[in-house]
Order: sequence, then C-alpha cells, then structure tokens
Amino acid sequence: MSDTNVPTSEYRPQASEQPPTRTTSPREWVRLNLFNTWYNSLLTVVLAPLVGYVIYRALRFVFVTARWEIIEVNLTNFMVGTFPRGELWRVWGAIIILGLVIGLGLGVTSRASAETARARGVAAGTSWSLVARRAAPALLLLVALVVFVRTATPLLLLAAALAVAAGGYVAGRWIPPQHRRWMHIAVVAGLAGSYVVMTQFGGVNLAHWGGLMLTVFLAVGGIALAFPVGIIVALGRRSKLPAIRVVSMLYIELIRGLPLIALLYMGWLILPFLLPIGFPTPGRTWRALIVLLVFTAAYVAEIVRGGLQSIPKGQYEAAQALGLPAWKMMRLVILPQALRNVIPALVGQFISLFKDTSLVLLIALTDLLGVARRVTQQPEFLGQGLHAESLLFVSFIYWVGSYWMSRESQRMEQRLGLGER
Amino acid sequence: MSEERQVTTTRTRPPPWRDERVLRIAAQVIFLAAVAALLWALGNNLVRNMQAQGMRTDFGFLEQNAGFTLTGSEFSSRDSIGDALLVGLQNTITVSIWGILLATVIGVIVGIARLSTNWLVRKCAAAYVEALRNVPLIVFLMFLYLAVLQQLPRISDAIDFGGFVFSNRGLYTPWIEVAEDSGLFLAICAAAAVLAVVVGVVRTRRFDATGEPHHRVLWGGGIFLLIAGVAWALLGRPVSGTLPTLDGRNVSGGYELSVEYGALLLGLVLYMATFIAEIVRGSILAVPKGQSEASNALGLSGFQRYRYIVLPQALRIAVPPTGNEFINLAKNSALGLAIAFPELLRVTRLSISQGQPAPQLIGIMMLMYLAISLLLSLLMNMINRRLGLKGAQ
Repeated sequence: MSDTNVPTSEYRPQASEQPPTRTTSPREWVRLNLFNTWYNSLLTVVLAPLVGYVIYRALRFVFVTARWEIIEVNLTNFMVGTFPRGELWRVWGAIIILGLVIGLGLGVTSRASAETARARGVAAGTSWSLVARRAAPALLLLVALVVFVRTATPLLLLAAALAVAAGGYVAGRWIPPQHRRWMHIAVVAGLAGSYVVMTQFGGVNLAHWGGLMLTVFLAVGGIALAFPVGIIVALGRRSKLPAIRVVSMLYIELIRGLPLIALLYMGWLILPFLLPIGFPTPGRTWRALIVLLVFTAAYVAEIVRGGLQSIPKGQYEAAQALGLPAWKMMRLVILPQALRNVIPALVGQFISLFKDTSLVLLIALTDLLGVARRVTQQPEFLGQGLHAESLLFVSFIYWVGSYWMSRESQRMEQRLGLGER
Repeated sequence: MSEERQVTTTRTRPPPWRDERVLRIAAQVIFLAAVAALLWALGNNLVRNMQAQGMRTDFGFLEQNAGFTLTGSEFSSRDSIGDALLVGLQNTITVSIWGILLATVIGVIVGIARLSTNWLVRKCAAAYVEALRNVPLIVFLMFLYLAVLQQLPRISDAIDFGGFVFSNRGLYTPWIEVAEDSGLFLAICAAAAVLAVVVGVVRTRRFDATGEPHHRVLWGGGIFLLIAGVAWALLGRPVSGTLPTLDGRNVSGGYELSVEYGALLLGLVLYMATFIAEIVRGSILAVPKGQSEASNALGLSGFQRYRYIVLPQALRIAVPPTGNEFINLAKNSALGLAIAFPELLRVTRLSISQGQPAPQLIGIMMLMYLAISLLLSLLMNMINRRLGLKGAQ
C-alpha cells in the first residue's frame, strides 16, 4: 500500500540551502498584525480596552472577590457526591488500580508507536516540550483541585496513584512485543477489578455514586457499551436484507430526531412501565446509563457507517476472493480499517457524551453539575448567590476534559492521516 | 477436474435450507417477527402496568384543566392540558426560530473573525469559541440564568442602557409598534415588496441578456423604500419604533423578554454560534486557495473577494453541517426545562407532576420533537438541493 511513500534515505538540505528565517521586530509585528488596514486599526482600538477590561474583571473575580470556600468545604461532594464517607478507601483503591492499567496501557502503546516509527525510519525522539504541552491541561486541572484540598491524606493518596501510574508506564515500556496482547486483558481486568472494589464485598450501590465519579462512570460506561451496539446497528444499516436495513435506519433516525433529555425522561418515567409486572426495576443510575447507551449507539452507528463507506470496494472483493466467510471478512479486513478511519469522530462523540452526562441532573441524579446545584442550597451558603463560583468550578472541569480530549484527537487525526495509507 | 464438474452440474435448485434466496427471506421474516414480538411485548407490558397502577390509557386527559400557569403567556390554570402543550410547542418553535436566525448571524461573523488578519480579533474569536464549546450547554444556561440574569438589579434600579433596560424582572429591547388600523399600510408594503421582486427579476433578465450591470438590490430596495416611505408619511405613521422607558417600577414601550426566555435564547444563540462559527471557518478554509489568488489577480478588493468568490463556494460546503446544528438547536431548546422556561418539555413535566399519565404525555412530546426535527431537515435538504451545482449527481 505504501509504495509511493517517502524513500528510506531522506533528503536533508544543507545548512546553506535552508531558507533564511525571517525575523520581525516587535514594532513591525504590531504594524502587520494589529494595524495593517484602516478597519483593522479601528477594530484594534475598539477591542483592546474592552478585552483588557474583561480580563481585568475576570481575574479580579477569580483571585479577589470570589468566595471559593464553597468549593473548599464541598470538594469531596464534588468528587463523589453522596458516596458514604466510610467507604472512600474503595474509591482510592479503584483510582490506584485504574492508574496502574492506564499507565501500563500508555507505556505499551508508546513503545509500540516508537517501534513503528523506528521501522519506518523516522527519528523517534521524545520531545519534552510536546509532552509538557500535551499534559498541561491535565496538570492545570490537578492544580485547580489540589488548591482546594485541606488535608494531607488526599494529597498523599494522589501522589501514590501517580507513582503507581508511573510504575505501570515503566512496566509497559518493558513488556516485549510478543506479550503485548496481554495488555488488553490487563486493562479489562483493571476496569472490572476497580468496579468490583467499588461495589462488591459490602461495597456501595450505584445509587449512592455521585459527583465527578458518576459523570466519568456514565460517560465511559455509555461509550463502552454503545460501541459494540453501534457497530452492529451500522452493519445492519448497510445490510443487503431490506428488512434489517429499514429497522436499523428507523432506530437511528428516531433516536437522532429526539433531544437526549426527552429520552432521559422516557427512561426515567416510562422504562419501568415497559418491563413485565413483578420484574425488578433497575435503579435510576442504570436507567440513565441504558438511555445513554441507546442514544450514543445511534450516533456511533452513523459514524461507523461513514467508516464502512470509506473502505474501497476492492477490499471486500479481495476478502471474498480469499474465500473468507462474511463475518470473518468484516472482522479481519473491513472493520479494522473502517474503525481506524473513524477514531477521531468516535473521540468527538465521547466528548459530547461527556458533556451530555450533565443532563442527568434533570432526572434527579447527583452528577458533577447536580452537586454544583445542591451545594448552593446548603444552609451555610443558601441565598448568598454563590452560583457563579460553583458553576464556574464544574464548568472548568468539563472544559479541561473536553478541551484536552479534542486536542489529543486532533493530534491523532494528524498522525493517522500522515503515514500508513 | 473442474471441467468434469461443470459437465455434471445440473440445474436443479439446492434444498431450501441451503438456498440463499430462501434463507434471506427466512432471515428477514424471523427478524421482523422478533422485532414485532418485542414491540408487542413492550406495549403489552405498558398497558398492563398502567392498568395495575390505575392509570388511564386513553387521551381524554388532554381536555382536563391544567391546574398550573405558564409564565409569559395568557395561559391560565383553567385551560386544558392540550392547550398547555400547544403553548409549549409554540414557545419551543419561537425560541428555535429566533435562535437559528441570531446564531447564524453571530456564527458567520465569528467564523470570519477567526480568519481575520487582525491578531486581536482572531484571538478573541478563538477564545470565545474554545471557551464555550467545551462546556455543556446546560451549565452555560444555568450560569446565564442563575449567576448573570437573576443577579441583575431589581426593576426599581434597573440598568438603562441606551434603549435596552435590564433588570431581574425582565429584559426590554427596542421594538416596532404597529398601530391598530395599519392594515392598508401593510397591504401597500406587501404590494411594494412584490413590485420590488418583479423589478429585481426584470433587472436580472436584462443583465443576463445584455451584460449591463443589474443593480437589482438598488432598484428593488429603492422602489420598496420609496413606496413604503410615501405610504407611511401619508397614512399618518402607522408603524413606529418604541424604546422601553423606565418610570419608577414600570417599563413602558419596547419588547419584554422574561428572564427565563432571555436566558434560554441568549444561551442557545451564544452556544450554538460557536459550532456554526467552526463550520463557517472550516468551509472558508475548504475553498481552494487558488480561488482567492485568482480573485486577487483579477484585482478584486478584499470585500469583493469574499462576497463574490469565497463565500458563495463556502456556503455550498457549509449548508449540510449547519442544518444539523439548526436541528441540534431546536432539540437543545428542551433545556429550557432547567431554567423554568415553559417550552414543550417543561409543560410535559408540569403536566406529569399534576398527576396526568406520563406515557401518553411523553409520547406526544416525542412526536412533536420528531416533527420539528423532520421539518427542519426537509427544509435544509430543499435549500441544499437549490444550492447544489447544477448537473452534479
């Protein structure tokens, strides 16, 4: 496939051949970028004081007038909601297990991509400034959280989780390629293990989960469950059998034509009616998760369909010529290529799901936004108009999460588009 | 060997369990039967559960008294549930239409601003887009409602800002006031508009035939303004602008937006404008650079380059994704629920909390939202087909 690619020994220009770097004096820069035409000068003159004033007011609010004690007092609430405080060790246990498998996964993938880069003859140096830039949003979030921590224990545990993650990363880098497939099992085992630690052996029912933890659980659980369903629906949408195709299409169009919040209401109020009499009704959190699954699966199906359509017909024909049965053709030839093409779009869907989980507040779950609304009704903060503080705090968390993921997905898009095909 | 087999092959059909045509039909029949059985089971469960709880399963409740009031409308608690739903639908449609119009205007401006040659303008537009679109809409709406609009001063010391009055009781903007007996004037305006369009078409035909500059906007607009202006003066100024004026605790004139409506509209517009801005920016960047260079080589000015070369081509790229955002905006108006604006979902919610049966109400609500989505997507498809290149596909 890559016969037209770059030759192995690259042409590197001599120093004397390289174009001269252009330097602009600050004065010239201002003239070129702020005052290059009369209307741009006008815009600059009007906007500059306005921007200055807005920045001044924003900084003054954040550092002087805002009463951040509402966050400080409620930090645990923001993180875990009404989770029983005696069981918090479970959360930390889960975080440490997750840190381990995430570190492991990152280590393995970083070694794998370094190896591919080396095989392709591209210099594989670690650019620390790039690493710093990529990690900056996460660090920013960490700093914003640590500022509000009042005792030493969470800091120590956080440091422990980070240390475990670093250990996992080193271990992942060390794993030789032939054992790499165990990583998938390790990640799944880690996820399952953290869930078991949280809920089993006298653990905490989902109904008591809350805060950021619930938000992340709904987003990750929603996309993880919606992914296989979405693939099946996408295949159904492209099926040669008209009945299957029409039913898949009706499902997708019906879900996409409705607001998510309307579906959440349906799951909340109608789902119990749809189950047989005497059947135990799933808890509110599960119902929300089911709705998020049904909703996201329709969007994932459309994304995967796009990926399937992007596969040239020759791939299907080649697979058939090799004598592969239909399901093997899909699993071994078509889907791996189709899914790789739509990874950025799937990340985008995950970002929008992460933001959309905030709607569960309206069906009386206490997610991150739910906590933000409730803390302003606490007796010591009631009627003091601290909505700005609590809402800004949660929107910062949402913002960092979405912004970081969209940045990473853009990077991935560039990397996927660069070589390989 | 293969030749030998070909000779022996007879034209008999394989047995039905290996005949692909039979298998296909069988698979579809089984699949449809399974889907139908599932739907039937769900429907059956629904009815039986509702009967077990003593809920009514018909739609007669739509005639009953609502028992609640809706802010910002004439609706009283003695009107029926059906009327309440209609008021909700009307509010949803109103906020969607205004939202789509305003979000498009702001989105286009911001999208172009992101490509400005002015560093400050570019960065401001980028900051606005990135700050807003990475936050959930509901958080932004709540922020606007709880932390901005509700914290405005009381009506007695409202902010009077050159024709705009802001207070926590409502927002007042300048508006057009139409006098009672202005039917004749409106009829003349309509006739003038028709005449203007006709003149515009005539001018375009002439341009096509002779190449003489058409100036159709100038001609059509001039004719309309002239006729309407003369009629307005002769008929004793039937239409006039009004400014809200603050007088103690009362505001007279202008147009009043409730705080809830203002928050929802403002939130939807500012939020969805960021998505439209990204589409506009992407579409402009997707126009090949050679087009800009060619227009520069022709000596067109910056404005002319945008107006005649870049934007018409970008528009064609931008229409399908923008249509999706319009539908999203209409669907997102359901978040008015979170800030007590009586749109469709909130009215449904209120009715359910009054003890009306949830399944029917939610079914009606979903049908209404589906209808709005379908209508919008039909409309956008029509526009898209009109804009598409002639002869393509």
